[in-house]
Parts: sequence; C-alpha cells; structure tokens
Amino acid sequence: MDETAVRIRGLRKRYGDVDAVDGVDLDIPRGEVFALLGPNGAGKSTTVEILEGHRRRTGGEVAVLGADPGRPTRRWRARIGIVSQTSEERPQLTVRETVRHYAGYYPAPRDPDEVIEAVGLTEKAGARLARLSGGQRRRVDVALGIVGDPELLFLDEPTTGFDPDARRQFWKLIESLAGDGTTILLTTHYLDEAEALADRVGVIARGRLVEVGTPRELGGRATAKAHVSWTGPEGPRTLETHSPTQVVAELSQKFDGEVPELTVTRPTLEDTYLTMIGAAR
Amino acid sequence: MTAQAMPSTLRIGLSRGALELRTFMRDREAAAFTFAMPIVLMLIFGTIFKGEIKGTGVDFRQYFAAGIIASGIASTTFISLGVGIAQERDDGTLKRLYGMPMPPAAYFIGKTITALVLSVAETVVLFLLGHVMFGLNPPGTPERWFTFVWVFVAGVTVCTLLGIAVSSVPRSGRGAAAVLNVPYLVLQFISGVYFTFTELPKGVQDAGAVFPLKWICQGLRSALLPDTLLPVEPAHAWEHGRIALVLAAWAVAGFALCLTTFRWKRRDDG
Repeated sequence: MDETAVRIRGLRKRYGDVDAVDGVDLDIPRGEVFALLGPNGAGKSTTVEILEGHRRRTGGEVAVLGADPGRPTRRWRARIGIVSQTSEERPQLTVRETVRHYAGYYPAPRDPDEVIEAVGLTEKAGARLARLSGGQRRRVDVALGIVGDPELLFLDEPTTGFDPDARRQFWKLIESLAGDGTTILLTTHYLDEAEALADRVGVIARGRLVEVGTPRELGGRATAKAHVSWTGPEGPRTLETHSPTQVVAELSQKFDGEVPELTVTRPTLEDTYLTMIGAAR
Repeated sequence: MTAQAMPSTLRIGLSRGALELRTFMRDREAAAFTFAMPIVLMLIFGTIFKGEIKGTGVDFRQYFAAGIIASGIASTTFISLGVGIAQERDDGTLKRLYGMPMPPAAYFIGKTITALVLSVAETVVLFLLGHVMFGLNPPGTPERWFTFVWVFVAGVTVCTLLGIAVSSVPRSGRGAAAVLNVPYLVLQFISGVYFTFTELPKGVQDAGAVFPLKWICQGLRSALLPDTLLPVEPAHAWEHGRIALVLAAWAVAGFALCLTTFRWKRRDDG
C-alpha cells in the first residue's frame, strides 16, 4: 500500500486574477495528524476542498490515497471522510436514524451504534437532532465523517463555537481516532488545538505554505530565546535569553530565595504563528 | 485489502426515499405548506363556487375539483421538490452528499419516490373530499381509469423534473418558496383550475396552453367528468394525443434542464 496519504506538488488555484493557492507542496504520510493553519482567505479551505474533491485545481499534481481528487469515484469517496465547516442534517431525525442511514452508503461501514458511542452520543442516540446542542450536533457531523471507516479524515475547523470543556472532550475523540491509525487533516484557528492534536503543523499564508514542522519546532520555537520575568525593587523586569536556567540561578542568589513573580516562558505556538503570517503579509 | 461491493444505487435510492418521507411526516411546516394548501383551497373555493357550467349538466365544483387535483400534484412535486432542493443546496446538505459515496442517481430516486408517494396521497385526499362535497365520481370505465393513470404519471413526471430543474433558480433556500409560488399561482389561474378554461380571454388561454398544468387539468377532466363537458373544452375534444405530446415535450425539456443546471453547491461556492 502507498505510504503517502496526501501528496501535493505545485498546487495552484486561481480565481479571476488572484492566486488563492500559489504553488503548495506537501506530503502527509499515512497515520499522521496534520494541522493546516492560516488566516481566513489564506487558501486553507481552498486547498482542503481541492483534496476533498469539492473543488477543481488550476494547476499542479495532487494524489489523495493514490487517486486524483479532481476525478472522484465512489470507491475513492468511500475511503475518505469529510467533516466540513457547515453542514446541516435533518433536525427531524434522531441521531441513530441519521448515522444508520449514512452507514448504508459505504461498502464496509463501522457499526452505527459503535460510532455513536465513539463520539459520545450514546445517551442521545434516540434524540432528534433538533434537540441537540451545537457541540453535540458537531459530534453527529464527526460520526457521519467516520461511519464509513475512512482511511483519511478531513476535519475543517471542527471545534469552532465550542466551549472549553466540549473542546477538550472533542480532542480526546480525535486522539482516539488517530490512535486507531486514521490519517487526519485538520484545519483550525485554535493554535492550542493544533499543538494538542497534530504531529505536524503547516502554516499557509497568501496561498503559500510558509512552513511545515512539528508544533514544538515550528518557526524555530525550540531554539528561540526564553523570556524571564520577575518583579524587582524598580518594578517589573523582563530579560530575553538563551540561558534562562543561568538567569534564574543568578536571580535566586540576588534575591536570596524566592524571586518575586518569577516566570520563564518561550514563545507560544500562537506567537510564532502570528510572527510567521505577519512576515508573509 | 479485499474490495467489498459498493451498495447498489437502487438500495441507496430506496433508503433515501424512506428517509425523505420520514422527515416529511415529522416536518409540520413542509407538510402544511405543500400538502395541506391545496386541500384548504379546495375547501374554501368549494364553498364559494356554485352552479352548473352552462349547457353541460356538470357542476362547476367538479370541474374545479379535477383542476385542484392537478394543482395538488404540482404542489407535492414542483413546489415541494423545488423548495426542498433549493434549501438542501443552501444549507450544505447537497455538498455533504456529494462528498459521500452516493451515486447521484440515488438522490433523484429518493426525491422521485417522495414526490410520487405524496402525490398519490394528495390525490386520494382531494378526490375523497371532491367525492363527498361535490359528488365527484371515480373514472367510470376501464378506459377512463387508464386515462387517469397515465395523465397522473405523466403529470408527476413532468412536475418532478421541472421541480428539480427550478431548484437552481432561487438564490437562497429562504426565498425559494416565494420564488416558486409566483409561477405556480399564475399557472393555476390561467390553466383552468379556478375558472372554466374556455371562459378565459383568448390570449390568456394561449399562454396557459404553453405550460403543462393546463394539459394535466384537461387530462384529469377527461378521466373524471362526462363527455357532456366537451362543448366547453377548447377543441371540443379531449385531445389525448396532444396532451401526451405536450407533456412528453416538457418531460424531455425538464430532464435536459436537470442534467445541465443541477448543482451540488451554492452559486457562491466555487
């Protein structure tokens, strides 16, 4: 079997005289959770929709599970799962009716009740969708995305509008899917989400993939200067340094014990990300 | 990896039909809008209209009942599908389906099943009301039954195809009902539903004769009403050949429009 789930070379999408996607290269190996980050209008959704077979590309080579998504076949569709940003299911149907119905489209679907269990809706299985909360409806979307037992799952901003608790629970669900070996391509606006879930992160800005790396390494984060902050006699102080341990040791001696309001931070993924998309602008 | 067989198009289509019907039963607004409207109109106008159509011995309310049955078919097909599909396109349902391993034909099989079941139910209800209130009788001979069935099937087919085609016209799901009801209402007035067709001004008759509803009305009258009505029919004959021809032409046009205009995504969605 092909070990690459997604292979992109020189992908281009042109609307009028604007290049929404302007030469993207990317490989996503099987089993990886890959997060695509980028501001609105950066080409993130366009790229994903081309991979999903929803949009035609203007140029470049794309292979998704070894096939060209520009010519989607039913059999290929049965191997991918899509959870898109906006999709409405019929509010008059129950969770179980909905999941069972769509399971019937696939040659080898997962057991609908097991899928409902996996997304944590067992207690709501007999409830009509109209009676579910926003987060619960999103779980139905995910249930429909995975009911066909896909090899590759697209998750387009899956937790937008979730409260923090619902997001944490949702992350657990995604982690368990990834643990089963499903390749996942995630787009998100939440940097902590990418950091928590993704093996690798790609930042897209103005139609170009600016950088790809692990969340820890992205934008030189791992080797970036640390910020040591404390409150001295003359007020709050901050020092940027490559050797924070030494700075803290010196401060400790100077204050003879506890350093008031001591913090040591490295740039968050969000800081790094904002710097990167700022530079691309 | 062993390649399991894909579920057949027919099986998915039947499953979609069942899903659509179940949704419809639970959706009071849609049920009221497309199913109850013709019944309400029949009840209202049935109490207003009076008298015989001159020289025919036929109660005008029976003439009206045949017309409202044709309107009912148009409501459960043309309006119901046109509005329903426009909304499904707008809210992303169609896009989701396109992203699943569903053969497009299965979607249309599901829609056709829904339209057919609802049309049969609507026709039965309207006929029973017409029978009880206005003394409308079922077709009297096997030939008339045959006429009734083929006109019904042709009417459902044409209006279903046109409903699917017209779903691409409204820009939003929200406005779809308003957009589609305009031609629907106008056609009812110029096709011989609320007025005896031949009493309409000549120009209006000519306009009405272009569209299928006039011919469905006429065909249903030919199955349900006596030949004493012929003097007030436009050609003083039932014109079965012409009815079949016009409906066939609209079916072909509707099918061609479906194939060329159907979109799985919103207009603004690339």
